[in-house]
Formats: sequence, structure tokens, C-alpha cells
Amino acid sequence: MNLDRNSALIQVEEVYKRFPLPEGKGEFTVLSNISLEVRAGEVVALLGRSGSGKSTLLRIMAGLIPPSQGQVLSNGKPLRGANPDVAMVFQSFALLPWLTVQENVELGLQARGIPKKERRQRALKAIDLVGLDGFESAYPKELSGGMKQRVGFARAFVLEPKVLFMDEPFSALDVLTAENLRGEIDDLWNAGSFPSQSILIVTHNIEEAVFLADRVVILGSNPGRIRGEVKIDLPRPHDRLDPRFKSLVDYIYTIMTNPEIEVTTEMAVQPPVKEQVSSPYAYPLPYARVGGISGLLELIVEQPEGQVDIAELAERLRLSVDDLLPILDAAVLLGFAEVLQGEVHLTEIGRDFATTTILRSKDLFRQQLLERVPVFKSILQTLEEKRSHSMRGEFFLDLWDEHFPHAEAERQFATAIDWGRYAELFEYDALEERLYLAETTPEPVGVGQTPRE
Amino acid sequence: MQTYPSPEALRRLPAGVADVAVVFGTLVLLAAVAQVGEGAFARFQPPAVVPEIDLDPRNLPYYAARSTLRMFIALGFSTLFTLIYGYIAAKSRWAERILIPLLDILQSVPVLGFLSITVTGFIALFPGSLLGLEAASIFAIFTSQVWNMTFSFYQSLRTLPQELLEATTLYRLSGWQRFTQLEVPSAMVGLLWNAMMSFGGGWFFVAASEAISVLNQDYTLPGLGSYVEAAIRAEDLAKLGWALLTMAVVILLVDQLFWRPLIAWSDKFRLEQSAGANAPESWLYDLLTTARIPRLIGDWLSPIGELGDRILSQLSQPRLGSAADPRQQQRQERLFTQVLLVLIGAIFVWIAHFIGTTVGFAEVLLTLGLGLLTLGRVVLLLVLATVIWTPIGVAIGFNPQLARLLQPVVQFLAAFPANFIFPFATLFFIRTHISIEWGSILLMALGAQWYILFNSIAGAQSIPTDLREMAADVGLKGWQRWRQLIIPGIFSAWVTGGVTASGGAWNASIVAEIVTWGSTTLTATGLGTYIAEATAVGDWPRITLGIGMMSLFVVGLNRLFWQRLYQLAEDKYHL
Repeated sequence: MNLDRNSALIQVEEVYKRFPLPEGKGEFTVLSNISLEVRAGEVVALLGRSGSGKSTLLRIMAGLIPPSQGQVLSNGKPLRGANPDVAMVFQSFALLPWLTVQENVELGLQARGIPKKERRQRALKAIDLVGLDGFESAYPKELSGGMKQRVGFARAFVLEPKVLFMDEPFSALDVLTAENLRGEIDDLWNAGSFPSQSILIVTHNIEEAVFLADRVVILGSNPGRIRGEVKIDLPRPHDRLDPRFKSLVDYIYTIMTNPEIEVTTEMAVQPPVKEQVSSPYAYPLPYARVGGISGLLELIVEQPEGQVDIAELAERLRLSVDDLLPILDAAVLLGFAEVLQGEVHLTEIGRDFATTTILRSKDLFRQQLLERVPVFKSILQTLEEKRSHSMRGEFFLDLWDEHFPHAEAERQFATAIDWGRYAELFEYDALEERLYLAETTPEPVGVGQTPRE
Repeated sequence: MQTYPSPEALRRLPAGVADVAVVFGTLVLLAAVAQVGEGAFARFQPPAVVPEIDLDPRNLPYYAARSTLRMFIALGFSTLFTLIYGYIAAKSRWAERILIPLLDILQSVPVLGFLSITVTGFIALFPGSLLGLEAASIFAIFTSQVWNMTFSFYQSLRTLPQELLEATTLYRLSGWQRFTQLEVPSAMVGLLWNAMMSFGGGWFFVAASEAISVLNQDYTLPGLGSYVEAAIRAEDLAKLGWALLTMAVVILLVDQLFWRPLIAWSDKFRLEQSAGANAPESWLYDLLTTARIPRLIGDWLSPIGELGDRILSQLSQPRLGSAADPRQQQRQERLFTQVLLVLIGAIFVWIAHFIGTTVGFAEVLLTLGLGLLTLGRVVLLLVLATVIWTPIGVAIGFNPQLARLLQPVVQFLAAFPANFIFPFATLFFIRTHISIEWGSILLMALGAQWYILFNSIAGAQSIPTDLREMAADVGLKGWQRWRQLIIPGIFSAWVTGGVTASGGAWNASIVAEIVTWGSTTLTATGLGTYIAEATAVGDWPRITLGIGMMSLFVVGLNRLFWQRLYQLAEDKYHL
């Protein structure tokens, strides 16, 4: 290992990835102007929220999907087709259930035409390395999740790739199992007996990134781009109790919750490419349910000063960034909460929302929705203009389709329906797929008219 | 993980005894196939000498074996066709746009229609031998099995988990390795299940295709179906009983010796990553896995397999992919669609021309009217079967012990070819002077009704106990209970059963609307009779018209009725 510290194994050069939107409505940019390097002897983490295109970037580097623009160099040569220097560990393990552990591990060797005997020996060695000896002839369905992922690691190890790719390898495991396996992989790396020269890991778990990586590359969303990187300047293994560890985690949380903040490193930060938002349908709603939002607010309001550290909150709720941050975003968007230096605290209205009766909280929600989220005003206007006071859901879905890939447009639609229903702005008949204006147009909210609980 | 031997393992036969049993069984099977196969292929006869069916019940095992062999040959062809057609449809976006709609149409053509269309061609293909008729019969069985299997395989290929696909790409599996390690195994469970179901349905068509009249001539192939036909002509009830019994034994044997072991084996191909609660079991599969000889032969053959794998992998290296320009692709696709539309239009014009010049459009109206009559029978059958069997099915489904006991029985009844019962029903109609116009509904129902019952049981079982307890708790009773709980709960299962039953009824109409007992022939007015009569005299234009009309009815019914019900079941009544 650690031979040529500075030689780049994989280079990503000004890569863009765009997907065509349905019905020729233009393109959706997933990745914008990405340049990145993986050098020999380092562990790099790609950290980003959902929609940052981190998995797409990993797959472009693995040669599984081609970039729309720019190129990837592997070992100095432009990449065409699957990257031969890479092996990947998948989030869902991606084991073939009809093959035994041994046969699964041998799969890549078989594809390379290696004779049976050698295949067997190398596979046994890899199985041994991940601590699975004795399970060679077991089938995946007999194994627990953690053991399945060990097979996933063995299958990658046996190929002795230059770079090992991990796509959220621990996120399908329960907390304790993940902790255990993560520790073992880290030990293998620190002991210098790791079967690859570098590791590239995609994750949305900030602690995991700081624990494993030498370098954390932070991706921003809409479109996916590199916001900057944070060097983890701690001695390996990274000690979680080290105060520097904690401050690095807090720092990254602050970055992740504030899209405008500049990431300070020696690396030049690219200015964020802000899309010109014109239509109210172009502004993405965070994917959060009303129940989740009010649950979170009620939790924060019980805190001593009505504020809480985000990292602590995530830890306590056992929620990953991808689950927690959309809820937080929604609370901020609606003006119920504010985030400052990795701390959330409630606004006056947020406090009111969290403590009042359900009827009044609905009023507050409606008021904030109409005031701060333009898309609801637009939907309401459309419904009012129709004589029947109703409209096909597809009409709105089409509007979102113009700005998002279809799956995301559907999510936007579902979120809008959830919020709008709760606020009693409109009703939605799922069978007819139609939106109806709510029958009684609600009175404007007068603050303090309804008695509090 | 089990480190101690399970009680089942301890109860198993010792390896030595199992080996003896396996060797003995293999030898018996080989001898039987050789004996029966010789009869099928070696005996050439001029068409004037039609083989006589000997009504001595001692000949029944031989006839049964001939019919069974036909079924298995058809199954072999079906599997081959499925793998090739399904693979091409799933891999090529161009091919997919032709192959899949085509499959949809072929699936709607009544199976016996294929027989009517192809039988003259097959006879001409092998002049002076029965091989042509043999081929036509096998082809009819093939068409009854293959569409389901192909759809299932295609669906599995299209729904492979993304990460598994990526893993095989990244680990550079060759096309051949991908096919054998990923694509076929992941399709195996669905494929086998569909094959078993279609195979059960195939008995109906083997019986119907062994004795048919084409071009004013009766053709007979030695088999169970022609035995029944001969017994009908001789008005011999006892012989019919023997044939019925033989059929039942054959169905049970094939299930125990062929399907059960395969289903038990295929359980390891389930894509779920956790062990299933109740894995299917088979004594024969246990025997084969206990015996050492199959494993020894496997080890001994493995270098050959290895070599084959390497050669085929060399031939199917993964291509270095560079994606085509999406815009250009879109343009090509538009062009392709236009060409396709023109082609379809041309075919329609040609068909209209053909009908206009041969039988005239008045005949089209006639077949339309006959089709409506048959449609009326199918609808009435569905309503009656639903009213009678749904309450019984629900009662069985709500009682787990009863369900476990009766489900295999119902499955067996669904596989049992209804045309073996037709003579008894016909006799009953003659004695009681029931008009065949109504009686044919009962005949069609003999096969179709079981799908309704079977799915009602399954639907009732799928209603969660919580919901049933809730219904009792809030005091839902009688019709209220049916309307709020049971009907919504079994709706999707009922739709599945209804589609299958209606398809089966249309198929059966060709043999159910015109039945014989001895010298008496009962004829109902309907599209089935129209096709059967046109086939008997070899009237090509009318055969085509009749079958085209029936396919149109089936497609129309599927699109306008069943598909909407499916949608409703998916959207609203999904449990």
C-alpha cells in the first residue's frame, strides 16, 4: 500500500450528467461540473443529501453509466465501460441468493476465466479475511444482514481492486451491526492488510464519514455539485471521543444544513450554480410529512432553551441525514424553525404551532403555507378559476414534470397533497385522481383568538 | 444456522438405499420413454389406415403414456421458445415493441383455433404418416402453455434488481454467465409456477386434439383423448370410467414425480433474501439429494461444464458500452413506430379484403351475432360460478384447516380436463331433454368454475385476522359484512380468477357448444360451433373469420372490462 502517495488512481474531469425529462421537456441536471481525484493510499468519503447525485457520481466512476460531458480517467486512461480497477460493495449486498457464499465470492474470478482450483483458494482467503470461515457453503438467506455484507466485502476483496467502492455499505444494517462491521473494516485498513490501495465511500451519515475517511468531499443538491472538502486531520484510527472529532462533525452538520455556507479548505470552492427559479413549481418541496414536522417541533419545544444540536438530535432519534434534514428543511421553509451553527431553535410561530390545539395548528400551517410556499397559492388559484372548483391531479403533476424527473415530480405532488390536505386548502380524491377546493374557505387566522391548551 | 441434524434429516433414507432407488427409477423411466417414443415416431402409416383405438382398459397405460409424452415434448418446446423469445423481447427495445403486443394477441387466440388453422398444414408437411397429426397436437398443447411462460420470463428479466445488474456488469460477467447465473435463476420460480399451471390446462387440449375431424375426415392419434372419443362412439360408460381414473392417476403421478421435485428445488431461486416460512417439500427431491450418485455424476461432469462455460463466455464478452445519443435514438424510435403503424394498417386492409372477397361482410355480422351469444354464455357462467362458489370459497378460506385440506383438491380439479366429463353431461342432457343452448354453459363451467373457487379461497385467506375481528367487534353481519369486508377483501383475487375462468370458457366453447354421444350430436348456436363446423369441413375463410372474431371478443373483453377491474383492484382494494 502507501507506495505512491500522490499518484491519482481515478480522476474525474469536469463531468456533467443530465437526464432527459419526459416528453422532450428539456433536461434535468443531476451532476454539474464535477472534478475529483482518488489517490493511492487514502480513504475518501462522498457526503451529500439525497438528490446530490452522489450515487450517480459513484456509478459514473465505476463505469456503470456514462457521463453526459467530461471524462473519467482510471489509471491515466479514459474509462470505457465497467472500470476494471474497481470493485463495489452495494447497499443491498447484491448477492445472488441461489449461489453459496463461496460461489458468490468466486463470481468475479469466474468472469475473469480463472481456473477452478485457484478460484477456490483465493475465495477461501477472502472469506477468511472477513471472518466468515465455516460459512462457505451457506446460502445468503441463511445469513444475517451483517454477515451478508461481509460476503459482499469478500466478493470485492477477492478481486484485489485498486480502489474499493462502497455505496452506503452499512445503511441497510441495524445500528449495532453497522458499528461492528464499520469498526472491523477500519481495523483492516489501519493494519495495512487491506486488499485495495484506496477506498471511496458514499454515505449520508456524517459520523461515519468522519470516522472512516481521510478526506470528506461534500456535495450540494440541485444540481449535484462539489461544495468543497474537509480534511480529517486526526491520527488513525479516528477517535470519536477526541474533541476535534466532535467539532468536525458539528462543522459538517452546519455546512449540510446551510446550502449557502462556504466550505473552507485549501481547495478552491466552486460558486454554487443557482438555478433561476421562475415558476413556483420549480422550487422543490422537502419530502416531509406533516406528522414528521410537528413531531420534530414538539420534541424541540420540550428542550430546555427550545433549541437543540442537530448532530445530537440525529443521534438520539437514530435518524440518518437523509431522513432528518428534509423534515428540518420543511420546518425552516414554513418559518417554524431556524438553524444557526448546527443548532435548531423554534420561532415564535413554531412554538405556537407545537403547543396549540390541532384546529389552530391547522390554521397556522395554512397561514404559513400560503405566505411562504408560492406553489400552494398557485394551486389554489387554479382550482378557484375552474367553475367546478376541481382539477385533474395530472395537470399539476405535468407542471412539476417540467422541472423534475418523473419520480421526483411524483414525490413533489405527494408532498403537496399531504400538506394541502392537512391545511384544509384542498381535498384529493385518490381514485378519481382529482383535486377539489376545500368546501368552506377558511377564515384568516387571528393571532390569539383561539384559547391555548 | 443449525449445527445439529434436524429431525427430518435423521428420518431420511440412508444414502445407499436412496442410490439404489434413484438408479432403478432412472432405468424404469428410460425404458418407458423408449417404448412409448417408438410408437410415436417409428410407425408410419398411410392416412387411409387410421390406427384403431382398442377399448380394452389394459391398453390405457400405453395410451396415457402417449398423451403424456406429447405433453412433455410440448413443454420442452415451450421452454425453448420462452427462453429465446423472452430474452430477445427483454433485451432489444426494437424487438420489444413488436414482440410484446404480438404475444398479447397470440394469448387471446383460442388454443383450439391454432389447431384448426395449423392442422392441415402439418398434415401436408408429413405426407403418408401420422407425424403431421402428432405435430399438430403437440403444437396445440404448446400454444396452451407457452404464452404464459414467455410473459413470466420477460417480466422477470425486466424487473431484475438494479444492484444485481450493476454487480454483474462491474464484475464483467459475460453474456452467457449473466444468462445462466442471473437471468434464468431469477426467473425460475415464476417460470416454473406458470409452466405447472399451463401444463395442468394442457390436458384439456391434448384430449381435444387427439381426435379431430378435418377436411371431412376423422383423424385419430393413439392417446387418452382418442380413447374417450372411441368410448363415446361405442356409448360405453364403463370404459369412460376407466379413462377418467387413468387420467386422475396420471395427473397425480406427474405432479408427484415431476412438478413437486422441481418446485422444491426451485425454492432456492427465490429473490427474497430471507428464508421462507414454509418451503415446499417433495419426497422425490429429498431422495435425489440424499443419494450420492447424482452428486458424483455432477462432480464428474463439472470439468465439461467448466469448459463449456469458458467457450460460451468467450463468445459473449461484455461489450464496452458507449451510449447512443438520446436525441438520435428518439428520432429513430419515432420512425420505427410510424413504419409499424403502416404495417399494421396494411394487415388490416388485407384482412378486410380477404373477408370481402371470400365470405362477404354479411358473414362478419353473422359471426358477430354468434359471438354475442357465446359471450352471453360466458357472462352467465361467470355470474353463476361467482354466486355459487364464492360463498363456499370464503367459508373454506376462513377455516385454515379446511383450506389446507381442500386447496390441493381444488387445484387437482382445475387441472383435470373437463372434456373427460363432457360425455356424462351430454348423456344427462339427452335423458333429461335439457337444451344444449343452456347445457353448454354447464359444460364450459365444468373447467372454468374451479378458478373462481380457487381464487375465492385464496382471497379469503388473505384477509387479515385483525380485520375480521374488527368486523365482528363493530357488529357487521350478513350482507353488511359481505359488502364492507369480504367483497373488497377478495376482490383482486376474484378478478384474477375471473380472467382465467373467462379465458378458459372461451377456449372450451369450441368443444362445448357441439357435443356427441354415440350417434346423437347436440349443437348449440354460437361462435364455438361455427369454428368447429368450419374446421370439420376445412373451410379456410370461415375458420379464419371465426377465430379472428373470437380473438377480438377476448381482447375487447380484456381491455374494456378486466383491465379496468384490475386497475380498480390495484388502486382501491389492495390489502
